[in-house]
Amino acid sequence: MKFGVVVFPGSNCDLDAYHLVKDVLGEQVDYIWHQEESVAGFDCIVLPGGFSYGDYLRCGAIARFSPVMKSVVSFAGGGGLVLGICNGFQVLLEAGLLPGALYRNINLQFRCLFTHLKVENLQTPFTVGLEAGRLLKIPIAHGEGNYYADPDTLRRMEKSGQIVFRYATANGEVTDTANPNGSLANIAGVCNEMKNVLGMMPHPERAGEAALGSEDGRLIFKSILKSWEGSR
Amino acid sequence: MRAEDWRKMGLKDEEYLLITEIIGRDPNYVELGMYSVMWSEHCSYKNSKEVLRTLPTKGERVLQGPGENAGIVDIGDGLAVCFKIESHNHPSAIEPYQGAATGVGGIIRDIFTMGARPIALLNSLRFGTLEDVRARYIFNGVVSGIAGYGNCIGIPTVGGEVYFDPCYQGNPLVNAMCVGLLETDKIKRGQASGTGNPVVLVGARTGRDGMHGVTFASEELSAASEEKRPAVQVGDPFMEKLLLEACLELIYNDDVVGIQDLGGAGLTCATSEMASRAGTGLEIELERVPCREQGMTPYEIMLSESQERMLMVVLPEKEEKVHEVFRRWGLTSTTIGQVTGDGILRVRMGGKVVAEVPARSLAEDAPVYCPAFIEPAYLRMTAQLQLAEIPDSGDAEKVLLQLLSAPNIASKEWVWQQYDYMVRTCTVVLPGSDAAVLRLRGTKKGLAMTVDCNSRYVFLDPYLGGKIAVAEAARNLVCSGGEPLAVTDCLNFGNPEKAEIFWQFRKAVEGISEACLAFATPVIGGNVSFYNETNGEAIYPTPTVGMVGLLEDVEKRCTQEFKADGDLIVLLGETYEELGGSEYLATVHGMVAGRPPALELDKEKALHKLVLPAIGQGMLNSAHDLSEGGLAVALAECSFGQNIGASVELSSKGLRHDSLLFGESQSRVVVSVATDKVEMLLALAAQENVPAAVIGKTGGNSFLVTVDGRELINLPIEKMKTAWREAIGCLLK
Repeated sequence: MKFGVVVFPGSNCDLDAYHLVKDVLGEQVDYIWHQEESVAGFDCIVLPGGFSYGDYLRCGAIARFSPVMKSVVSFAGGGGLVLGICNGFQVLLEAGLLPGALYRNINLQFRCLFTHLKVENLQTPFTVGLEAGRLLKIPIAHGEGNYYADPDTLRRMEKSGQIVFRYATANGEVTDTANPNGSLANIAGVCNEMKNVLGMMPHPERAGEAALGSEDGRLIFKSILKSWEGSR
Repeated sequence: MRAEDWRKMGLKDEEYLLITEIIGRDPNYVELGMYSVMWSEHCSYKNSKEVLRTLPTKGERVLQGPGENAGIVDIGDGLAVCFKIESHNHPSAIEPYQGAATGVGGIIRDIFTMGARPIALLNSLRFGTLEDVRARYIFNGVVSGIAGYGNCIGIPTVGGEVYFDPCYQGNPLVNAMCVGLLETDKIKRGQASGTGNPVVLVGARTGRDGMHGVTFASEELSAASEEKRPAVQVGDPFMEKLLLEACLELIYNDDVVGIQDLGGAGLTCATSEMASRAGTGLEIELERVPCREQGMTPYEIMLSESQERMLMVVLPEKEEKVHEVFRRWGLTSTTIGQVTGDGILRVRMGGKVVAEVPARSLAEDAPVYCPAFIEPAYLRMTAQLQLAEIPDSGDAEKVLLQLLSAPNIASKEWVWQQYDYMVRTCTVVLPGSDAAVLRLRGTKKGLAMTVDCNSRYVFLDPYLGGKIAVAEAARNLVCSGGEPLAVTDCLNFGNPEKAEIFWQFRKAVEGISEACLAFATPVIGGNVSFYNETNGEAIYPTPTVGMVGLLEDVEKRCTQEFKADGDLIVLLGETYEELGGSEYLATVHGMVAGRPPALELDKEKALHKLVLPAIGQGMLNSAHDLSEGGLAVALAECSFGQNIGASVELSSKGLRHDSLLFGESQSRVVVSVATDKVEMLLALAAQENVPAAVIGKTGGNSFLVTVDGRELINLPIEKMKTAWREAIGCLLK
């Protein structure tokens, strides 16, 4: 399986995603420069964290117009796996691949800390390898991760299992105190109806080794590998 | 030229005369502006140079000492670490967000200019007390400015210190440090060598922002300072990210002869310093400089401090390739001139010469002053501390909670949670321990890093305070498992033309020198920031010490928090009747008085010689340096990480209880060890001649302290932790 990590000029978690896939998981990975017009040859596209084009406007608002995003959109349309992390999630929303929007954090500050995620749907390619009930300890680092969707959309998403992760306490309770940014219904990650595109604010690539405080992020990548192998 | 012209630019009459002697005529307005910024204290160090020469700067590992954009130290296996600290105090006083942000941007450029990949940021911040609405505004703005710049550019902000004191009310301190990594054969320097080589300007367009920023930094703040807001630059971290990647790409491919960033004094500084270092001259054409607005004059273009710009000297055959790389990164680059052999900086506008002066005279020939100095009168007052007149606080629990929620001791989580301290996934000791530790990918090594200064100590005894700043930094590294390598210092003081201030400066540098010699940690670069005064009132002398240490094996690192129930707690070092300058005295008794605790460098070194191998051999489960708040606060902090309590039995041996619990005697570390390893540790301590005493045991949910068999403290960890964690957030509400 070959991963492709998209590099916008302001991406800054590209290296971390690349490192996890290559050095920790021992899988194939390559960078994809934002000016590329094709993502042919890749099996999973990772849109990494960072500040794509500076993001002085709405985050990801310019990135959606980049050459690479056109091909990512058609790749996703054909069922290709796309994982957007943090800024990558913001780009996916702007590109219309996922429903909803991200506001500034409710306290108007950037926040960097470990969070616990409750996994709401084990039937996606990104979660299929996870144990039921197992919480994931994965950090966040963002200023605009306050998820919102209008009530109709939210209902539809809940019904079709598109809510994938929610912020929870260390005991797995979904409470206000566990919500680091004001996200609607503690939503930390969502997928599309086809389940092949996932956007999440927490950074699984930062939780792939014990030295970094958690290895849980690796489980998401392992799930991707598992589902890809199953689909062949 | 009229006297008021040069005086307005901050030049003294005799300095103007010197300029006319050097160039053999009256300077024109552009040249006068260029001399005024280059001869400002900020650029020329004219008041501090003589004293700075006394600092030790050499060592086996030093590859680059002071004088370049940043210093470099060899860490073996073909790798080197490059680091520097710099102040951005005055800009932050009047425009906190941009002032702090551009401080970060400037120090990052200093690092990648040397060819190093920036891997970490730290900062040392000081503000007025949070009861003051403007201090809260500045605090908030500075922290978001640092976050805004560092988070966007993707360099983790991994450590630092934050203090609050009324002396910083009008004049906050914002010192930013950056650490970079490079291969020893890829070092670049800011030299314009090779006659005929093209000179390339790249990055942001030049605007009218930051004019005379360095002149502004070289005077005291006053009510009129608000008018200097245009002297503050505006940062663009995205542009800097592009510059960083493009410049490093060119450096790695050996396409660059010399490179320097444009910071203080802008184009004037970069051109004159690069030529001066190489003993060459430069010719530039200002019409080629991309400007933000039309009609900018030569004076404005030469003095602008617009951010995110770099100057590069390249080989003629590489010129097109260099422009091509910048284009790919979406950057504008322009060849604006060439290197000459005549030592002259010649500036043209539309072909007409608008300035023509020896490059060296701008960069090197500023007059050197030896300001007068005299022991400050206040020291006779502050030295009078009669402990007998101070009641030994009866309620130790109350005092401990009071100290834990004092802003100087309380958790700085409110600050560091706004920083991305994890990006690049190399931070293996996160903020909140004694020092940050980063792993170096592709090697077994790690780097520990810290910034430290207790300015209250320096105020009460500049010599001793300077020494302690170095010792504490070294101790913090050692407690993390790092062997101290070298120092970068940021010397923040008041107006050096005042004899008492200059005395503080001389004494603090003397103390730093002595300690750096003892620990074999040379000073490889830094920054002096004078004129930190508001309406004639100086800040505490604040020589911030940034230090980096090496872990040969990053797996052998240590953190401050207790790891397991049932470990033994051992206090290393000795406690004396020392309360002078303590946080306890300030917070509980409202006094800033006495002498700071004594420091014996030999004892400190012995402690390091014990702790480092003890960590290396896996004897210690935790190690924490004792500083503000003394033993009781240190133990409480060890408990907070994993909510593991402690019960401790102390004997006073005639000491006051407050000295025992809250005194800040130096050269002490508290460690936790598994019971089967304690004998080994005690034997090693005896061998190194370090007093070591088993004082208690970890475990439980409470913090219990008895002194001479009497229980003085019995507090739930949760209660202490809440007081400590929430204090700063509460003060901001």
